[in-house]
Amino acid sequence: MSARVLVGVKRVIDYAVKIRVKPDRTGVVTDGVKHSMNPFCEIAVEEAVKLKEKKLVKEVVAVSCGPQQVQETIRTALAMGADRGIHVEVSGKDYETLGPLQVSKILAALAKKEQADLIILGKQAIDDDCNQTGQMTAALLDWPQGTFASEVNIEADKLKVVREIDGGLETIKINLPAVVTADLRLNTPRYATLPNIMKAKKKKIANVKPADLGVDVSSRLEVLKVDEPPQRQAGVKVETVHDLVGKLKEAGRI
Amino acid sequence: MIFNKVLRAGVQAGRRFQSTGPQAGVRAAIAASREAHGGFSFELTDQQKEFQEVARKFAREEIVPAAPSYDRSGEYPFPLIKRAWELGLMNGHIPEDCGGMGLGIFDACLITEELAFGCTGVQTAIEANSLGQMPVIIAGNDAQKKKYLGRMTEEPLMCAYCVTEPGAGSDVAGIKTRAVKKGDEYVVNGQKMWITNGGKANWYFLLARTDPDPKCPASKAFTGFIVEADTPGVQPGRKELNMGQRSSDTRGITFEDVKIPKENVLIGEGAGFKIAMGAFDKTRPPVAAGATGLAQRALEEATKYALERKTFGKFIAEHQAVSFLLAEMAMKVELARMAYQRAAWEVDQGRRNTYYASIAKAFAGDIANQCAADAVQIFGGNGFNSEYPVEKLMRDAKIYQIYEGTAQIQRLIISREHLGKFKQ
Repeated sequence: MSARVLVGVKRVIDYAVKIRVKPDRTGVVTDGVKHSMNPFCEIAVEEAVKLKEKKLVKEVVAVSCGPQQVQETIRTALAMGADRGIHVEVSGKDYETLGPLQVSKILAALAKKEQADLIILGKQAIDDDCNQTGQMTAALLDWPQGTFASEVNIEADKLKVVREIDGGLETIKINLPAVVTADLRLNTPRYATLPNIMKAKKKKIANVKPADLGVDVSSRLEVLKVDEPPQRQAGVKVETVHDLVGKLKEAGRI
Repeated sequence: MIFNKVLRAGVQAGRRFQSTGPQAGVRAAIAASREAHGGFSFELTDQQKEFQEVARKFAREEIVPAAPSYDRSGEYPFPLIKRAWELGLMNGHIPEDCGGMGLGIFDACLITEELAFGCTGVQTAIEANSLGQMPVIIAGNDAQKKKYLGRMTEEPLMCAYCVTEPGAGSDVAGIKTRAVKKGDEYVVNGQKMWITNGGKANWYFLLARTDPDPKCPASKAFTGFIVEADTPGVQPGRKELNMGQRSSDTRGITFEDVKIPKENVLIGEGAGFKIAMGAFDKTRPPVAAGATGLAQRALEEATKYALERKTFGKFIAEHQAVSFLLAEMAMKVELARMAYQRAAWEVDQGRRNTYYASIAKAFAGDIANQCAADAVQIFGGNGFNSEYPVEKLMRDAKIYQIYEGTAQIQRLIISREHLGKFKQ
């Protein structure tokens, strides 16, 4: 198969870090904080590399949008087995307001430019939990989508996707080209081995600007403030059920 | 004036050398300062950070959970070793033309420290490979390198460094294993002891005496050989039951009329002592790194515990007696790390690093023991108990003051090097 897969990878604050809100309440502290690839994006890269190993696709291209530092994230994807990378340069204020709508426009433009047959993304990012980019990208391209995928198989020129839904598992068959978003149980991402990390240095990362793709990254959203979740208040102990009912009525809960 | 400001900015930013990296302006300052005084920097390269990440992830996710049961059973951790081999975390020094990555000692040390954090028993089993390979890397001819180093990269094999004997450890020149030339072979007879990977190795580096004349100087009396472990006459003894690093395989080995082809001599007859000693300059920094990894683990476990355990109404970390213990552990860990990094960096620059390597190994071995004991102290009664991770650290740490050159031998070396500088 001559298929080319585009995999989106996002650089986010590492899952193990304790998040702190900035004193001016405009966002969270990112300076000097450990960042890594979004865990769902790791699963997406792993799936793409697996497809390549099964010889069902020919080339895996890793894409990330952001400032210079996202190149580390692309390199991780290359070390996991992606063939080349594309760094879409977005920095400063534009990066702070970059969201699913802008990224999906960028991915749609890249998919056309690179003639991709499949886009695999993580289902959501652990920093904003939007769960929108995959769906928006498919809509912009008018491609079918298989979201929350826990299993992906290529059968002839169709894609069989098992999706994790509230009621259980749903199996759908969609035409290619398509967009798939990876859920937790799709696979277990591999470690980048040391030899692969060294080989990844020789792989190419192309630089592109949103303007080159004809994409306007300005946002229609404005973040008013960011707060920590309210502190958990201590509970109140009551002696009898009668008291409990009374207190609940007082609090207007019943 | 500006030079000094740039230097200071560089050093200040450099203090966070293992973090995600300083901001652009400071990065420029570091680059400038690096230019200004030719390369001394605490900054890791991107590749080094990535290597460290892989090793750290593997150690914390795969070694840490498995270590207690390997310690209890003493079973050889082959599954972990195989995984490490698959990830490229082993055999880093093997040159690229033999299928390896040709990593410098510094990079190897970074990896070693992370693996040791997980379990020093596992890490020692892996490190023994480097020790066994080093004589071949520094003194082997092309055919020997291709044959014995090449096979290590094709499958997860182990090797061992056979020098110590029941009657001679520190006094290497006192070894009695004899190798007698007979035609195109050498016939070896003798006893080796405390050989790490003794029962698991595919081949050994062996040091034996080839000149029987007791007046012959050490620099000419010994020869280094590569011995295939399945050679008839090679008899590994039983696995020794040690205080710590119990998953590592340590044995005595008897050599009874073992025939070694002359092709397996390293360099030539009489060159063995220098090769055996030369290997240490490259293997002592990683051993120091291993001890540092253990000390770091002790520090982290003790810190986590101190922030959970309460006494007299507050967390024990808020009592100065405990926080001062933690502070001193932190001091020792940071300094041990800097010491092994300097020793590794020196040898990677192509310089003789004996002085720094001995300082690093001596210091790291001592502080590993101190930090492990302090960690047990911070855990209190729980620390003495096998359900908690720190008593294992104390048992594992002791050997760092003994193998790879005892604490006393290191002091001999350091004093000799130090006084040597003054006598010039």
